[in-house]
Amino acid sequence: MSESGSDLDATEHTALMDGHIAEARPDRELAERIARKRKTKSDNQRSYGSVEQIEGGPSGASIAQQPRVPAAPVEPQIEELELKYGARHVIKLFVPVTLCMLVVVATISSINFYSVKDVYLAYTPFHEESPYASTKVWNALANSMILLCVIALMTVLLIVLYKKKCYKTIHGWLILSSLILLFLFSYLYIEEALIAYNIPMDYITLGFVLWNFGVMGMIVIHWKGPLRLQQAYLIFIAALMALVFIKYLPEWTTWAVLAVISIWDLVAVLTPKGPLRILVETAQERNEPIFPALIYSSTVMYCMAAASPAPGAAGTVEGEGRDGTEAGGGEAGFDAAWRERRDEGAAPRRLRVDSAPPRYVTRLDPPHAPHAPPHAPDLDEEKGVKLGLGDFIFYSVLVGKASSYGDWNTTLACFVAILIGLCLTLLLLAILKKALPALPISITFGLIFYFATRSVVKPFADALAAEQVFI
Amino acid sequence: MTLAEFFSCSLLAFGAPIVMFAMTVATDPVRIIIMIAAAFGWLLSFLLSSLVWYAVVPLRSYLVFGMIFAIIFQELFRYGMYLLLRKTEAGLKEISENHEIGSNKLEMAYVSGLGFGTMSGAFALVNVLADSIGPGTLGLSGGTEYFFVTSSAMTLCMILLNTFWSIIFFSGFDEKNYLKILWVIISHFFVSFLSLLNSRELYAASILPSYIVLMITSYIAFRCAGGSSKTFIQSFSARS
Repeated sequence: MSESGSDLDATEHTALMDGHIAEARPDRELAERIARKRKTKSDNQRSYGSVEQIEGGPSGASIAQQPRVPAAPVEPQIEELELKYGARHVIKLFVPVTLCMLVVVATISSINFYSVKDVYLAYTPFHEESPYASTKVWNALANSMILLCVIALMTVLLIVLYKKKCYKTIHGWLILSSLILLFLFSYLYIEEALIAYNIPMDYITLGFVLWNFGVMGMIVIHWKGPLRLQQAYLIFIAALMALVFIKYLPEWTTWAVLAVISIWDLVAVLTPKGPLRILVETAQERNEPIFPALIYSSTVMYCMAAASPAPGAAGTVEGEGRDGTEAGGGEAGFDAAWRERRDEGAAPRRLRVDSAPPRYVTRLDPPHAPHAPPHAPDLDEEKGVKLGLGDFIFYSVLVGKASSYGDWNTTLACFVAILIGLCLTLLLLAILKKALPALPISITFGLIFYFATRSVVKPFADALAAEQVFI
Repeated sequence: MTLAEFFSCSLLAFGAPIVMFAMTVATDPVRIIIMIAAAFGWLLSFLLSSLVWYAVVPLRSYLVFGMIFAIIFQELFRYGMYLLLRKTEAGLKEISENHEIGSNKLEMAYVSGLGFGTMSGAFALVNVLADSIGPGTLGLSGGTEYFFVTSSAMTLCMILLNTFWSIIFFSGFDEKNYLKILWVIISHFFVSFLSLLNSRELYAASILPSYIVLMITSYIAFRCAGGSSKTFIQSFSARS
């Protein structure tokens, strides 16, 4: 079967590009993982996340050392393991998503700067200044179409670059993006926070703090660093991007962009000719891991740094495997795969086309379990469920925008709706076992609940609270 | 001063539920998911009741009308949660690493009741709390100075009541004991109608009986979950 050959190549890491939710782990690995449970404990300590892509090839050797669990007892176990993996990883995604939203909501409520509309991006030439609703609607749609075209263009550009093997260009682009994000936007954020809280600070201290913050971020995102730190930086970056979107997009455009991006996500990941799918297939043909940021061409400014894959990262593969999900039972699933995901940059995101369907099938069939995917079980362990950084960004945009209107009921409703959407998407993932777009369900729920709560629930809840009537 | 009021009211209302969450729910992923699902269920029920209230324009100022539908929808969705949880019990067992999930039949009832209650309490109180931070407070030139405290106390009562109601409700349907279900519905209507007295500032008349109902309901829930005076005393002794 072709899977045995391609198994080496199409790891989940390759599948992950920004924004997608990919199925984690194969069943066989799970069985082995259970067998190795104790063994990995000691490796837990080494929770350095490296950004390298784990390649199937080099990991082949390490796989050979993994103990093979006998097929028969493994079969029912595999089915169970596959599912059990689900709940814990759902929570591993809930926590960072919640944290990101919290940061955005806290910033929006306390720092006025991000709710004030003064300048707009060049991508949204229509500023919705007319008092008529119909004008605003077409303004919003036009703006969102322009943004979508820019994103699509960037994605195509990335694919072209990737096909032409201009890796250095891509790396340079990604590093530049993360530089801008970590230094410039963080500086603006700190400046606005200082202004909002009326805290005086001299440039020397600010420069010192910012320099350390930025360099630390670059190291941890592009190279190695403690896992939690990496996770924290990624969450912060996603929150920064979300804040930029909330500030610089006109009102109705924000909602239109959310809806349009969800549809784009769905199309790009699931259709056979979708750009993301093409990218993944190209990567598979070449037996290479896909650069995380390759899928997404964010609107020029904000490409997140991609992982700089070090080919032949066999050594790190083992390490990563260990600090992955299994070992990292406590780590919120932000393992290497996660890092990759973050790339995306602001607009892009998520999801990815899954090249893995055949793989997954292989994985799922119990009889195939023993000869299942050759890559290091360790690698797979850490995979867990992955979620693109772009997903974080857009979830936070939705909740942040909802909170910017001042009504906390709306914010809460959107928050719960998004979490439930994420849960459902993960459930679908567990059932369909292929990479899925994480945006559509959550954003749809979020939008429905936002508009419903704002128009219908809020007056009712306010009336009840004013009279102190408790239902 | 307003900040102190904010913190005291929020802790009064949400302190106990937060501790309940941290000690019993936060440790198990499946319980967290169920709790969020229950919160979503409550949100849906509230959405439907708001739609009804919003649609019937002439009766909007009579909150009683909206309240009755809100209670009906909430109980319907509580039943919906019951059906959902009973049907997916097998699936939950599989996705959970805790093999004892579902061994105590009312475990899911407790978690879903907590989710219902927390969402209900959050929706009732969050905007009020946000306003309590602001400059100025109630009771200076208008309103009563007990507004925030009484709202928080009633919110706590409702959160805990929702938790216990779910336990009794699920237990009633499991054992086909319709008296329990009747108690849930009647006490829910009773407590909500009592809260109508709040607008006239008759707080003693509304809060005290509500807490008495809470005591009785908690006792019934405790019995439903298999508790007795012996197990109650045992719960205080150190566990190995």
